[in-house]
Amino acid sequence: MKKKAIINTRILDPRNNIDEIGGILINDIGKIEAIGKKVTKENVSNAEIYDCKNKVSIPGIIDMRVFVGEPGFEYKENFRTLSQAAVSGGVTGVATMPNTLPLIDNVSTLDFVKRRSRDKSIIKIFPMATLTKGAKGLDMTEFGLLKLRGAWGFTDGTQSIQSNKVMDQIFNYGKNTDILIIQFAQDNELSENGMINDSLQATKLGLKSIPESAEQLIIERDLRLLENYNTKYHIALISSKKSLEIIKNAKERGLKFTVGVSINNLSLNENDIGDFKTFLKLSPPLRSEEDRLALIDGVKQGLINVIVSDHKPEDEESKRLTFQQATTGASGIESLLSLGLELVHNGSCDLNTLINNLTSSPAKILGIRNGTLSVGSEADIAVFDLDKPWVFKKENIKSKSKNTAIEDRKLQGKVEKTFINGDLVFSE
Amino acid sequence: MATNKLQAIKFNHTHLLGIQYLSIPEVNLILDESLAFVDLNRQENKKLKILNGKTQINLFFENSTRTLSSFELAGKRLGADVMNMNVAQSAIKKGETLIDTAMTLNAMHPDILVIRHQDSGAANLLSQKVNCSVINAGDGRREHPTQALLDAMTIKMKKGKIEGLRVAICGDILHSRVARSNIYLLNMLGAEVRVIGPSTLMPKYIEGFGVKSFTNMEQGLEGCDIIMMLRMQTERMDGSYMPSTREYYEFFALDYKKIKNAKSDALIMHPGPMNRGIEIDTNLADDINRSIIVQQVEMGVAVRMAVLKILMEAKQ
Repeated sequence: MKKKAIINTRILDPRNNIDEIGGILINDIGKIEAIGKKVTKENVSNAEIYDCKNKVSIPGIIDMRVFVGEPGFEYKENFRTLSQAAVSGGVTGVATMPNTLPLIDNVSTLDFVKRRSRDKSIIKIFPMATLTKGAKGLDMTEFGLLKLRGAWGFTDGTQSIQSNKVMDQIFNYGKNTDILIIQFAQDNELSENGMINDSLQATKLGLKSIPESAEQLIIERDLRLLENYNTKYHIALISSKKSLEIIKNAKERGLKFTVGVSINNLSLNENDIGDFKTFLKLSPPLRSEEDRLALIDGVKQGLINVIVSDHKPEDEESKRLTFQQATTGASGIESLLSLGLELVHNGSCDLNTLINNLTSSPAKILGIRNGTLSVGSEADIAVFDLDKPWVFKKENIKSKSKNTAIEDRKLQGKVEKTFINGDLVFSE
Repeated sequence: MATNKLQAIKFNHTHLLGIQYLSIPEVNLILDESLAFVDLNRQENKKLKILNGKTQINLFFENSTRTLSSFELAGKRLGADVMNMNVAQSAIKKGETLIDTAMTLNAMHPDILVIRHQDSGAANLLSQKVNCSVINAGDGRREHPTQALLDAMTIKMKKGKIEGLRVAICGDILHSRVARSNIYLLNMLGAEVRVIGPSTLMPKYIEGFGVKSFTNMEQGLEGCDIIMMLRMQTERMDGSYMPSTREYYEFFALDYKKIKNAKSDALIMHPGPMNRGIEIDTNLADDINRSIIVQQVEMGVAVRMAVLKILMEAKQ
């Protein structure tokens, strides 16, 4: 492999507090050899040159919540299509949810996923396994064995652990193997058959709602239990202002844990559902504008640590139904960065905070060495034009499923090149 | 008179999906047209040829007696060919989706599809996929526009007006599409609308509809001209929403004692089917000085005839 050099670019690496014009030199084994002002055209004469003037270069995005259809739902998304979608959005690594068929709740399914992703995926796959067998919320999976075989975290994905006793045991036993516990926080009884935010909108549309309290109860309970242990705990997604208050309070008590939010909940609100747009049936649901603004504030204050796409590809048949019958989720990995940049352009959030939440911070939580441009690290790099206007068109979606929540949205800022291990895997 | 107005006012929809999509002139157009059909329905020869050659399919996913027969009669009296689809026995049960059913029916070139479905928004979804006019005969908890129109018609016939009247809608507001459509329509026509019911059966944000909500029946009925009782599902009286039927009856059923809080000439309505002894005192329901429930059924046919006629004209 020939050396490569990205030059004249704005380098942004939150992990190392770098924001300067310079270059990145990639060595012949796909690792970063040098970075900074000294990497210029003159100094790297033997390398393949990519002049990225007026572009921003960041560590490849790490998306902590992604659904891939393998095994069992290959018609929705496979590793190959996921990779194509991801790199076009500057995403170079993803944590995959275990809600496959069969579920990733045992070593052999995990092995299968690892082998399939090794053979078919361009991007780096960090598989999650379930916390409980069958994601039923009752019996713990083999945390230790699964971790040894390559599970980077544990979550029931779309399901939330309901039982207090089971959750307590998970925190307790999880400590032994030092696993990362990720909770999707939603009380099953309060959210039963619910579809959208509990508000005037729900009453007008005649749809059963998911009250904010369904999220808060689980978060509050988990944080109270966490006080007794020192296990790594991450709340997958939050959707409401009140959840943030609980989180703030717990942080003030000195608890250590991390929090994620979906870009959907930062960019959209319940009014976008209009007259029953099933592509905006999401879990957790889109909430009020007040909640959306509070979540952005949570990102700025550091109460929220990662922004995820919550990429959930669904085939048309699962969405061409009444709102009640339609499945939840939206495809989103391709638009994650651009929607994030929208928040930068409209002044909601600064660029460094956004990129930190998409790169360094998720990598730290997952315990992986990616998400940075440090010398010696794997050359996973996304290069984007901060200002380029474009329209998100359904027909251009690379994911196998086209269920985007932002069809025809005007965006500003677009990924132009993506490198993984020094290979140029996407360019336009 | 009706004809003049018809020329002046355009009905801007090919479907009737909900009251929320209508304007005041459009509502008045339907009500004016209905008036003529009320007279016709009282005559011996009730048959017209307005919809000759048109096909109307009634697609009912939920059980219904009065709405289905009312739509069937309305279509037949206007001369349309009417077919009732009993969905409980059809392919839907075998897993066919609503859209596939719609496409199948669409291929038969109907002119009107009347749909009732348990899911909110079902009529909207159907209307996006078919070429004919869609009439919403009730979707989930959302809307039941012809019920609201026939209620307005009944009130107009009995009280001579709607504007300025105080109307109370009582009972299970949470699950009621009748309540929602009536709130939209009565508000639009200038009535003062109140909703009364236990808080467990009251949507939390209902006052956002521009109504006042009460959990006390006596207070809520104060000064009311019209009292609309809703059907109370008995399966919600087992402790999930209400502790018991007798507790509900004591506090929320309409009886001779509670009705004293309303105006002395207050009238009682009910969309049916009634639960006598649960939401309404059985004698009160039959009190010809008070109850206009039978008139509602009569207006139902006339209003649906008007809707069918106007939609077909609008399509041309």
